[in-house]
Amino acid sequence: MAVIEIPKEKWSGKVREVTLGATAAQGGTRSRTVTVGGETTLPFLHFEGDIPHPPAIAVEVQDRPPADWPPILLEAWGEAVQDVAAWAKAVEDLGADLVALKFTAHPDLNAAYARQTLRRVLGATGLPLLVYGPGQAELDNEVLVAVAEEGEGENLALGVCEEKNYRTIVAAALAHGHLVMSRTPMDVNLAKQLIILISDMSMPLTRILMDPTTGALGYGMEYGYSVMERLRLAALQGDSMTQQPMIVTPGEEAWRTKEARAGAGVPAAWGDWAERAIYWEVLTASTLIHAGADVVVLRHPESVRRIRRMIAALMGNGQIN
Amino acid sequence: MALSGLEIYKLLPAGSKNPAVKAHANCKECGFPTCLAFAMKLAQKQAELAQCPYVEEESKALLEASAAPPIRLITLSADGRRLEVGNETVLFRHEKTFFHPPGLFVRVKDTQSDAVDLATAVDRYAVDYVGRSLTLDGVAIEAAGGDFAATVAAIRTATSLNLILLSADPATAEAGLQAGAHGGAPLQGHGCLLWAANPDNWEAMAKLAAHYRVPLVVTAAPGDLGALAALADQVKGAGVEDLVLDPGTRGYADSLAAFTQLRRLALKKNERRVGYPILAFAGDDPILAGQHIAKYAGFIILDRFSPAVAYPLLVLRANIFTDPQKPIQVQPGVYEINNPGPHDPLMVTTNFSITYFAVANEVESSGLPGWLLVVDAEGMSVLTAWAAGKFDAERIAKSVQSTRIAERLNHKRLIIPGQVAVLLGELEEELPGWEINVGPKEAVDLPNYLKLKWG
Repeated sequence: MAVIEIPKEKWSGKVREVTLGATAAQGGTRSRTVTVGGETTLPFLHFEGDIPHPPAIAVEVQDRPPADWPPILLEAWGEAVQDVAAWAKAVEDLGADLVALKFTAHPDLNAAYARQTLRRVLGATGLPLLVYGPGQAELDNEVLVAVAEEGEGENLALGVCEEKNYRTIVAAALAHGHLVMSRTPMDVNLAKQLIILISDMSMPLTRILMDPTTGALGYGMEYGYSVMERLRLAALQGDSMTQQPMIVTPGEEAWRTKEARAGAGVPAAWGDWAERAIYWEVLTASTLIHAGADVVVLRHPESVRRIRRMIAALMGNGQIN
Repeated sequence: MALSGLEIYKLLPAGSKNPAVKAHANCKECGFPTCLAFAMKLAQKQAELAQCPYVEEESKALLEASAAPPIRLITLSADGRRLEVGNETVLFRHEKTFFHPPGLFVRVKDTQSDAVDLATAVDRYAVDYVGRSLTLDGVAIEAAGGDFAATVAAIRTATSLNLILLSADPATAEAGLQAGAHGGAPLQGHGCLLWAANPDNWEAMAKLAAHYRVPLVVTAAPGDLGALAALADQVKGAGVEDLVLDPGTRGYADSLAAFTQLRRLALKKNERRVGYPILAFAGDDPILAGQHIAKYAGFIILDRFSPAVAYPLLVLRANIFTDPQKPIQVQPGVYEINNPGPHDPLMVTTNFSITYFAVANEVESSGLPGWLLVVDAEGMSVLTAWAAGKFDAERIAKSVQSTRIAERLNHKRLIIPGQVAVLLGELEEELPGWEINVGPKEAVDLPNYLKLKWG
């Protein structure tokens, strides 16, 4: 009987390695750095290429107690959500790789407030940080420029850079030695184009994380999923401008859905609220990790534990013969 | 592997080396002017080989083999529940689409006193998702030392589910197959899959599968695809055509590797010996089941049933198996968000699912009540639909009138997407008495807009 010959693809391309954070030796104050990317094959196909780094888990903390999070999510963090520094510490204690600090829009939000908040978070955790503005161009620029200055040396990832608003953020990241996160709406060419625009400002490609945007499970996730698979295939086939590590925000997307938010007045077939809500986040994240996500930003502590277990299993030996 | 038109031509009379056959070259009896024209139609699957009365037996076998799909279609059909898996043609859904969603099965043991109750709960489970009713496919009944035959018979009688019989012992398996009497007929073929033939029992299991006409799962040492292919070939040689593969892997990385390789072997290497759907055991781990949905399983067995897990998995399956060329549309009509009253705002958007979800999600998570009028724009987003003339003043006005939304409101104000502000004047003409408001361009700005304008 003829033996089966295992087909192995010979990929010519490789995902870029991007390192977040800086230790004291590197001019920062982080207790360690986190490197993502570097894959030379599709997700977790260990038999035909290298997966040098596991996908990293970032956990979102907000500068103020979130007003729009459902109780099952808030309660999971307890008192920590009352203070962003305590919250960041709780994220580290949970075993996350990165803290995603999200500034929200409110009347006190200005440059001085942003500097002070960043300082407090940096003091509370040794993890590398992602820093998100509130998502309004003028405020984003004000906050992120202040954060870039205040956090000089920390190798933060600043975002998000969108086609309509990226220059100020990229310039601030360049001036103070940080990374940026690009974000484009679920489209391969738009994703590529924004990477080109950002790199045209002389931002090194080793300092850009690419966010191709995702929808939650049931809310358009399959579009993001396929865009990510196409981007990763292009990267492995050698298309340089698609070779950035990918970051997505399944936590934010999943916790916007009715399935995660509604505890009452829903069909019995939806089952237990907390269990359903957590799986909504977990399955959104796990599926996107299978499509090539290098960083996932999550919200619920239990989701973090489950995704951590899955990643450990996927990084294990998958040899077959 | 499918043959090209020219390759097929060589097997037809005009291309034949046999003078008796060659004599019928271009005879037109197939209905096409020449053998070459017929070959081209065959290659495009627009003609049947049977239309040519003169094709040689040997050529016929070659052509039929080439026409067989690289992954065999396996069908289970219990009363009213039909499950088809296999026949996939691509590794990535964006390359074309994934055709046949994997069957989701819940495992019950014959030692469980609540086996029938559990099967009944699986049978009754249905959940609505964008207007579709999603259901599970069946139960996998494990021979664990209880009364296997009685359990199979009881579940067969109580439910309309497809069954997977889990027993590697031929005598027990046969008792299960016999026991599935349903309406007097023995459990044959329909609605039942037998697990599994292994290197030790395969001859007896193949006999059972052939006799009872059920598809048979073939399994070998974990991850040993060579042994699996060899065994599948042996079982096929014993007369069982409908096979399913269980490569024996039970974890994440090993399953991903094995399933990916089986799919690649079948599609890219035309390896017929593994051209069958895959069966996966996900244990008590819905996340692993999620991997199996996205990465190549045809049957998935879960150890536990819970609605809170079934719902997201069924939605995941629906998403991954959505045709990327045909985006999901939502039903046009009026959608109520956060229990709106007559004084609450009325917004309009298109029936492209992503557009609808973007708008509905923003309003919903803001907690503000509102009415969302979804216009049939043939599944296009706002700007695309407007450019294509599918989301114009006339269509919007028609939708306002046909849904009689005005009867549910105490105002006549309609919020249109900022992207189509240009429709303002026309809409005011089409909808006399209505005040048209131009909303924000992006859904994400809706909550703020509503707070400011409707506060």
